[in-house]
Amino acid sequence: MNDTNKNNTVLRFMTCGSVDDGKSTLIGRLLYDTKTILTDTLSQIEKTSKKKGMTALDLSLITDGLQAEREQGITIDVAYRYFSTGTRKYIIADAPGHEQYTRNMVTAASTAQLAIILIDARKGMLTQTRRHSYLTKLVGIKHIIVAINKMDLVNYNESEYKAICEEYNSFASAIKLNQPEVNIDFIPMSALNGDMIVDRGQSLNWYKGSTLLETLETVDTSEKTKNTQLRLPVQYVCRPRDSTNEDLHDFRAFMGRIESGLLKINDKIKVLPSGHESSVKEIRIGEKLISEATYEQSVTVSLNDEIDISRGDMLVQKEDILKGSKSFTANVCWLSESNLTLNRTYLIMHTTRLSKAKISSINYKININTLETEQAIELQTNDIANISFKLAQPLIIDLYSQNRSTGCFIIIDETTFHTVGAGMIESIE
Amino acid sequence: MKNKLSHLDWLESEAIHIMREVAGQCSNPVLLFSGGKDSLCLLRIAEKAFRPGRFPFPLMHIDTGHNYPEVINFRDKKTKELGERLIVASLEDSMRKGTVVLKTPDEPRNKYQSITLLEAIEENEFDCCIGGARRDEEKARAKERIMSFRDEFGQWDPKNQRPELWNLYNAKVHKGENIRSFPISNWTEMDVWQYIERESLELPSIYFAHERDIVKRNGAIVPITEVTPPTPDEKIENMMVRFRTVGDITCTAPVASSADSIEKIIMETASTVITERGETRLDDQVSEASMEQRKKEGYF
Repeated sequence: MNDTNKNNTVLRFMTCGSVDDGKSTLIGRLLYDTKTILTDTLSQIEKTSKKKGMTALDLSLITDGLQAEREQGITIDVAYRYFSTGTRKYIIADAPGHEQYTRNMVTAASTAQLAIILIDARKGMLTQTRRHSYLTKLVGIKHIIVAINKMDLVNYNESEYKAICEEYNSFASAIKLNQPEVNIDFIPMSALNGDMIVDRGQSLNWYKGSTLLETLETVDTSEKTKNTQLRLPVQYVCRPRDSTNEDLHDFRAFMGRIESGLLKINDKIKVLPSGHESSVKEIRIGEKLISEATYEQSVTVSLNDEIDISRGDMLVQKEDILKGSKSFTANVCWLSESNLTLNRTYLIMHTTRLSKAKISSINYKININTLETEQAIELQTNDIANISFKLAQPLIIDLYSQNRSTGCFIIIDETTFHTVGAGMIESIE
Repeated sequence: MKNKLSHLDWLESEAIHIMREVAGQCSNPVLLFSGGKDSLCLLRIAEKAFRPGRFPFPLMHIDTGHNYPEVINFRDKKTKELGERLIVASLEDSMRKGTVVLKTPDEPRNKYQSITLLEAIEENEFDCCIGGARRDEEKARAKERIMSFRDEFGQWDPKNQRPELWNLYNAKVHKGENIRSFPISNWTEMDVWQYIERESLELPSIYFAHERDIVKRNGAIVPITEVTPPTPDEKIENMMVRFRTVGDITCTAPVASSADSIEKIIMETASTVITERGETRLDDQVSEASMEQRKKEGYF
């Protein structure tokens, strides 16, 4: 906790792998070597390590979570961890790697800019490595670090490392993961001994690349598409009519987070789905007036014309050809214990808009282990499928490959209100 | 244009977005305000999210009756400055009604806050409580959602949480159920202090170093108050201390410190070797799973 820099940028990453690959040890090592773990947590870990009859500190205990997980020795749910370095503040989404937890991986991946895929150097590529790689591609992660761990157990042998890299590369080509916009790095390491995580260690001198932390510190996560196409979904309308300040009686402003693009004073904008046009009068963050705002900023915007705007509408640039759509096809990960069935109506939440939706067809299901497509008439938990939807209300959507924020949605059960599915839009009809 | 928000700007924007989602989706939310530093950050976020309008929710304090007067005065002053409505839900009212029964009169009251909170939720028909909990505080919190679903009994079921993806927050509930919303989930203790410094937020005076009568008990510094008297064989010392968290007197301990400004507190926080809860929350040390257990029972 020794970083006092006020201008860190944020990097969100996820770790994919199971306890057997040393994932918990890897995260524990990152937190321990960046001095994020404080004495009382350490002394608890020491106590537990001793109780388990271990001689060295079991760093995997750092990420130990719920009672139920400790009892079963597995991770059930995504956990979030934090550390910062003076360059970046890191948010780790720690996702369990077992087969039945595809939904947790997709959940963790949804907010991640980078994924660390762990491979046990003794075992090489496994089915789960393929599954994890496929899922990171599906969820659109552009930076992948293949962490070849437990190098100490193969005598830090370079040729074993190279063989795994080669095998991974040919698999990446096969699933079209190695696109120009996707960046794949390989790092040999031993999380247990701390080699190539934060420190280089003494045993991997043949490896000339960056350590894990150096790679995290320097990866360029800027996304070109985020700078184009204004997308500002309206969350809330501010009308302080009852204010004692009379100047505010006619004040009306629209509040939301800019998902992509830029917004400047005097910009000509259009409201979707109505298509009404106006221009930007003022932009605020809190009480402060600013002349321009950019993606990821939560702003308060007032316009020069009185037009009807409410929650669920989206502000875009005037010349944008985007329109509301009432049918689309998406890749869906089914999250619920109760099956998706063709004849039910669901709710779709997209940006700040909610619409009833029916399923026109399940086009195919993907076998996550073989990556082959299969026919399906219903979906079970952890299934991934390509589905066409029909909507009651138009949604202002982009393709997920072009804009993650406006190309994603969740599916809500109309009866229980639980979140039952997650979707990424592939084509718009 | 190359754009990268600083981590404080990014965290602030995320928190504003979450709070506006609560306002947009919930019909009767409330913001839990204790006078503590995390909830003061929430109030600043609420100002940035909703001004020049009013907050679309009242503030509520779950009052255990064991408070430092500095904190209560500060709570009232802050509410007045903001011109927002404050509801005080009192644990002592629950004791009078008989819904809270203490095992012994001097038993720490923190865990009973859940009962008073659930009663206030039911009475006011709140469908969402906004709280200042952070995932870095405790391991059960590390798995908490930003919009966390609670059933009619206020229970948190860690094995059956709603998946939360992208920045799409599902706050839909049926009557009687509710959501606990945590806009500063992704903040660390350091982020909170840096934000307080950047926004020049005023804090209750007990957060800064001051002289206080204390005794040392089992390695902890225990402040001497009406409800926490010394045992006959304990020696009272006067010491420079400050509080890292504020809560019920009986379970919040200060730390030895000479930090009398935010800047100095940040320097101390940077060099500290003990977690916030480990050092100062006497109630979390009881068992490894105590936070998880309390959350299951309706604690926020």
